[in-house]
Amino acid sequence: MTAMTENKPSLSNDKKSEYLLEVNNLKKHFPIKAGVLQRTVGHVKAVDGISFQVKKGETLGLVGESGCGKSTAGRTLIRLYEPTDGNIIFNDQNISKMSEKELRRSIRKNIQMIFQDPYASMNPRKTLKSILSEPMITHNMYNRKERDEKIAELLDRVGFNPSFINRYPHEFSGGQRQRIGIARALALNPDLIIADEAVSALDVSIQAQIINLMEDLQDDFGLTYIFISHDLSVVRHISDRVGVMYLGKMMELAPKNDLYGEPLHPYTQALLSAVPVPRKKGEAVRERIVLKGELPSPANPPTGCVFHTRCPMAMDICRKVAPNFQEVKPEHFVACHLYQDK
Amino acid sequence: MTTLLEVKNLKTHFFNRKKVIPAVDGVDIKINKGETVALVGESGSGKSITSLSLMRLIPSPPGKIVDGEILFNGTDLVKLTDSEMCKVRGNDISMIFQEPMTSLNPVLTIGEQITEVLIYHKKMSKKEATRKAIDLLKMVGFSRADEIIHDYPHRLSGGMRQRVMIAIAMSCDPKLLIADEPTTALDVTIQAQILDLMKELSQKTSTSILIITHDLGVVSDIADKVLVMYCGQVVEEASVEDLFDEPLHPYTVGLMESIPSLDGDTDRLIPIKGNVPSPDNFPQGCRFAPRCPHAFDRCLQEVPSLMSLDGKRSVRCFLYDKEEATV
Repeated sequence: MTAMTENKPSLSNDKKSEYLLEVNNLKKHFPIKAGVLQRTVGHVKAVDGISFQVKKGETLGLVGESGCGKSTAGRTLIRLYEPTDGNIIFNDQNISKMSEKELRRSIRKNIQMIFQDPYASMNPRKTLKSILSEPMITHNMYNRKERDEKIAELLDRVGFNPSFINRYPHEFSGGQRQRIGIARALALNPDLIIADEAVSALDVSIQAQIINLMEDLQDDFGLTYIFISHDLSVVRHISDRVGVMYLGKMMELAPKNDLYGEPLHPYTQALLSAVPVPRKKGEAVRERIVLKGELPSPANPPTGCVFHTRCPMAMDICRKVAPNFQEVKPEHFVACHLYQDK
Repeated sequence: MTTLLEVKNLKTHFFNRKKVIPAVDGVDIKINKGETVALVGESGSGKSITSLSLMRLIPSPPGKIVDGEILFNGTDLVKLTDSEMCKVRGNDISMIFQEPMTSLNPVLTIGEQITEVLIYHKKMSKKEATRKAIDLLKMVGFSRADEIIHDYPHRLSGGMRQRVMIAIAMSCDPKLLIADEPTTALDVTIQAQILDLMKELSQKTSTSILIITHDLGVVSDIADKVLVMYCGQVVEEASVEDLFDEPLHPYTVGLMESIPSLDGDTDRLIPIKGNVPSPDNFPQGCRFAPRCPHAFDRCLQEVPSLMSLDGKRSVRCFLYDKEEATV
């Protein structure tokens, strides 16, 4: 398997308690079809062999630019997309090959998702009440009376007036809709919530409300989050550990303060330096590493290290050999030839 | 420094059968030559309507500039006829938008779209215009400019399309460039490229820039002066250093506290409570009062004016009213 799993010493015993989710060498390739016969002429390697673990109760942030595969990774994790290769181990069960029926019976309700645009992910013709009760009915949880109680409790928890239950999604503002999305995800008491750009569409003042709400809920219900976003500041705020993706690969994964304080991978360094930061009087202008060129197409990624075409430190070896994703400092993983000797 | 644009008491209202929606309600802007001014606010604050009003691009009906003056080099743009305005647009004032794909024509090549402006405004021949188009594309950082002019917009990535938009906008050496969320749809590394390009161009050609954005990071990166808008009004105006050093208006303070920091560890964010009120139902008195942590009785009844403090910055808040301080 990957360098990452090799480097984890004797996990076999305490593994059960420590990790909620383990992902090994996960791949998702989409076929490109062309011609009259719709033959497969190539593959878009949206996610190309990523490995990571998520501990119970922590928040793992996934950042990267558009097209890096972070959303595809999130969706493949819960089998909304069928993985091309690799294993997804959730609660000690390998769910990557599980049948749909088995998935629905034992896994689906434990992993829930919050989407970027809550309006697009809700049926506009259903009331708030039926939106929130639908997941419970599907999974045969609670009887009618218990469901009503649960809905009242959920609404209260996300800061809604109980009189709203007969309203439709269009009657709510963006921030309120995102609260509904969160309430719906919570309806089944999940262990893991995957939030895909959950606050990106919101104004900053509302965004802060939703982030605080998600943090409170995590404390109260012991939730584990995978927080996917392109906003590096938000990810730093909410995450415990952060993974940086580029062209379907994980470039660097580390506890947040290590990653933001001392980024190792040249891509992470460039990404962090590119974020414009409100600056106070007298503060030095931060040195900015401006990357040249554009993101290569994931249908035809560069050979060797996928970042070498834009990397300011690229060496000969980078063009030929893909670097291993390995632990160079405790808990700090990086895929870069600059750190491979260790 | 000479004043290039002076907007006085601009009011753009929208009308429907039942209501008047005061989307922009008494905005004053002053932009000097070569200066970059940022207009910041959340969605619904009226910042985009302000910029469209400057270009006289408000669809009418339902919208109308009901009051105010837009003095550009001394001429009042509000009073110009449509055909006179056409000569200003793209020539003296040009604009770039958030989503470059929707503002480029998908069935025309990049070259045709750039030369169109030059042929119309500068009366160039097709050949001259093409040569100029290649120069412009080189200026915005395309290395294969002579090939790009034959490409269609769909062949380019988001960042490249935005560069083309900038090339079109800069083609007639405008005196003022209005950029409405020019980097919002772009990734941070591409955003950095575009912001650097805009800074470089404004220095080289001494073009003034009015940038509209919701991202305070972008503001601090590019702007000289900042106007913070809330509910169709400017609530604070200051130089970029002063604003980030010491924001005065409770709304500006709230905005800054809502953003997690990239460098340090913020334990908990302090959001602004409540929502932005809908423009057809603005609160009486100060429009921020219902969400303001410092609101007192006067805020709920009286509308504060934009008060100038020591001539350098102004703020629309009773907390900084001299009368209030003496009471």
